[in-house]
Amino acid sequence: MTVSQKLPPNPDPVLNVTITPQLVEKHGLLPEEYDKIVSALGREPSLTELGIFSVMWSEHCSYKNSRPLLKQFPTEKADADAPFGRVLVRAGEENAGVIDIGDGWAISFKIESHNHPSAVEPFEGAATGVGGIIRDIFTMGARPVLLTNSLRFGNLDSDTVKRIFRGVVAGIAHYGNCMGIPTVGGDVYFDASYEGNPLVNALCLGILRHDQIKRGAASGVGNPVYYVGASTGRDGLGGASFASRELTEESQADRPAVQKGDPFMEKLLMEACLEMMAVPDLVVGIQDMGAAGLTCSSCETAARGDAGIEIELDRVPQREPGMNSYEIMLSESQERMLVIVRKGREDEIERIFAKWDLHAEQVGVVTEGDRMVVKQHGIPVADIPAKLLTDEGPVYHRESREPAYFKETRSWSPDSLPQPGKDDLDRALLRLLAHPTIASKRWVYQQYDHMVMAGTVLGPGSDAAVVRLRLNGTDKYIAIANDCNGRYCYLNPHRGGQIAMVECLRNLACSGAEPLSMTDNLNFGNPYKPEVFHMMEEAVRGLAEACRAFDVPVSGGNVSLYNENLNGAVDPTPVVSVAGLVREAAHVTQQFCRRPGDRLILLGGYPDELGGSAYLATCHGLKTGDAPRVDLDGEKRLHGFILARIRDGQVNAAHDLSEGGLLVAAAEMLYGEAGLGAELTLDGLAEGDRIDAALFGESQGRVILAVSAAAETGILEGARAAGLEACGLGSVTSETVLKVDCPEKGFSHQWPVARLKQAWDSAIPEAMRLPGLSD
Amino acid sequence: MKATVVQFPGSNCDRDALLAFTDALDVPARMVWHKEVAFGDADLVVLPGGFSYGDYLRCGAIARFSPIMRAVAEFAENGGVVLGICNGFQVLCEAGLLPGALIRNECLEFRCRTVELRVEDAGPFFNRKALGESLSIPVAHGEGNYRIDPAGLEELRRDAQVLFRYRSRGSGGEPLRENPNGSIDDIAGIRNRRGNVFGMMPHPERAVAGHHPSRDGLPVLRAALAAAEAFSGRVRAGSTS
Repeated sequence: MTVSQKLPPNPDPVLNVTITPQLVEKHGLLPEEYDKIVSALGREPSLTELGIFSVMWSEHCSYKNSRPLLKQFPTEKADADAPFGRVLVRAGEENAGVIDIGDGWAISFKIESHNHPSAVEPFEGAATGVGGIIRDIFTMGARPVLLTNSLRFGNLDSDTVKRIFRGVVAGIAHYGNCMGIPTVGGDVYFDASYEGNPLVNALCLGILRHDQIKRGAASGVGNPVYYVGASTGRDGLGGASFASRELTEESQADRPAVQKGDPFMEKLLMEACLEMMAVPDLVVGIQDMGAAGLTCSSCETAARGDAGIEIELDRVPQREPGMNSYEIMLSESQERMLVIVRKGREDEIERIFAKWDLHAEQVGVVTEGDRMVVKQHGIPVADIPAKLLTDEGPVYHRESREPAYFKETRSWSPDSLPQPGKDDLDRALLRLLAHPTIASKRWVYQQYDHMVMAGTVLGPGSDAAVVRLRLNGTDKYIAIANDCNGRYCYLNPHRGGQIAMVECLRNLACSGAEPLSMTDNLNFGNPYKPEVFHMMEEAVRGLAEACRAFDVPVSGGNVSLYNENLNGAVDPTPVVSVAGLVREAAHVTQQFCRRPGDRLILLGGYPDELGGSAYLATCHGLKTGDAPRVDLDGEKRLHGFILARIRDGQVNAAHDLSEGGLLVAAAEMLYGEAGLGAELTLDGLAEGDRIDAALFGESQGRVILAVSAAAETGILEGARAAGLEACGLGSVTSETVLKVDCPEKGFSHQWPVARLKQAWDSAIPEAMRLPGLSD
Repeated sequence: MKATVVQFPGSNCDRDALLAFTDALDVPARMVWHKEVAFGDADLVVLPGGFSYGDYLRCGAIARFSPIMRAVAEFAENGGVVLGICNGFQVLCEAGLLPGALIRNECLEFRCRTVELRVEDAGPFFNRKALGESLSIPVAHGEGNYRIDPAGLEELRRDAQVLFRYRSRGSGGEPLRENPNGSIDDIAGIRNRRGNVFGMMPHPERAVAGHHPSRDGLPVLRAALAAAEAFSGRVRAGSTS
């Protein structure tokens, strides 16, 4: 690394200021980080350079407080002989990972957060979150084929929460619908901890052939560097730094840090880029300008390509005159990409972008050496070794301390609750079904185009979504599920992390899919708080253990820290999404009972735990206990067993047990179009077992299967032989009531399915109804 | 029979429409870019769904000025058969090839779901005999609320120009609220008086395969092809006479 040249005065006199400790602090850099910059450069940085360091060394871009933890994740598939699932591009190498799905095809997928922008400007914040993740995927050379999202909001009885919820959903719909990419699934939770700091995590998955993989690397000295897409404006200045600090009451003043999205522009950009990338050997490297815009894309491509890069800002398309180098380099205007093409083929890229009426300006060139040199009017305004910004940024291992409340919550016992009466249990089921976290999300997903591309096999509202892809005559069925219960993570981040993963995998198994790879979005509070860092450590440890147990590698993800409101950190929320492959169309399985007379089988037994349950929170106002126990081996056997029975054609419906436990899952299986009911008998509860735990406990590793009467005995025997707890639960009836008998506890009750469905269907629309408007 | 799908910037159901013809119906189809000024020997021209020009200004308001639209208008003028789906329906209204206009959904939100349609007797191709009484087809739009003045509505009714209505009654006569957008008279699709230009908000191309909510889109697309075939026959007869 060579010592940096002293820079001449900046053409904009405003930028010629002495760097003071106050300016350093304002840029979110620590004094020791500033010292590191000065010693690496061999001189004081200019203000433009300080801005560049502030965004590249922000948590959002550098992962400085999380990188050591992320090393625990497996990034390769251990089983080298697996027919699919090999990692072709690993986590952290590029904008998104790439995983083999067989026959020369691959998927690229990733999840990313836009929490802080969505808190201050819900519509645009969420919309540009979707836009950003879509660019990450088509940058890899993949055509995006599906979107999902994981959303967390405060309690839905607050007007502010309603405003944010409405804006976020409309923003996601606005962007995804216009792009013509189906939003096929997701999850939404409501909990007071997210009040004022919603979580908005968006996922995109794309499809490509192995030979279409593109890299974000600048190589080949003399190759031209192109800027394509929208013009650069003053919007989104310093968004990456904004995302790397806590939200406060003054955060509304940060609204200029939120970008404005234009999905039409992105649609054109995506089509033009895919057309360009299809031309053999034209593109050397490509990267989107997301967080930290032109800064990040130019230094990262240079660092990956072991090359230097030089750009001239006068060539950058600008939305308004008079922008200085600080503003242009830190702008986060949307729908822009940096493309390096082979020298001598400039007219080919220019022709393609002219067809789509988009900018394609040559702004620079790949150079020898290792430096990112930025010029304006020919005058150097920044001159920094590219790798100093990317690979050589600071890395910290923060102090960690177990939160004090664990002692209290983990000593809680269900014995402290009164035994529920029949009326309590009657009301409990209705209250759980009407809780917005459990209730139907139709209000949300009917605003998303979930059918465009005509490939949706299982859409929103299922355990997992499944899409069919037509690939040169062969069909591939890709499944996707999201999950994370923040309450479990609050009570026990290690188990909470494991559960997020195993529940996702269980959802896939119930849909007939085998897992390919995982992407995660780690949403936590301020890592400088030792308790918050402890939560991160523990959750990541849990996730990583579950990944290894199932040999599911992590192919990419995102870390979002500083998620805090005035009451402290949000519940730790390591959102997990796993993509899977369904081998044959006939294996796609859904959760709705369709045949009266089918037998219902419970795999995984009755729980004796209530800690962290929705029942405890909703019916008793308690957020306590320990998160449910996890048995990774048992889960593996369970998923393997379900998949085998699905392949044998023996499973008519399958549904995973999660929030709300057994009765909520049973009710949800009756919400299909067939108009059915069920008779359940809970046998074999021991004397000390609580009936509310049996009905509403959230023990893991449990699934209800609907099978034909003829298949029942064989499945029960097979399950027991596989070491699984299994019992007959009852049968599907044509009478539309849910009957539940528990002879040992003297409990017998029935609910009309229509009443249960009404509670479940109407909760969110009722809360969100606008006066004077019909549905 | 050959179908041509017009690709505007922002079209996003263009591939779905193309595949519905080539895969599900085995009818040759191709795309034509909006900057072209002609589309060759098409029998049926399809304006697909999407967000042409980002729906800026008004849905379809900019697309109607695309170079290809002059060719579409000429084709229709000569009796050629044009089918507009969703955004394509909006473009046809903006271009004056179909009467009325499509405005924001009454609920002020985008709606994506499968709706039940009542088939109307609207001439030789789109009628209950060809399509059955009722169809189940997905909609996905933010601006599908069809509006027309009272005189125009009266004409549509008189000349049997309404192709489909969102069902307001179930098979047993019970009230249904299938109308997703507040459209006047529950109108989901119409034709011009001459009977060669068709527009509909529901997406027949999303109801053609086993994994779709239904296959009810197939008879709809076949009806458009039958209309196109009749037109081609007339052209051939005209050219030999």
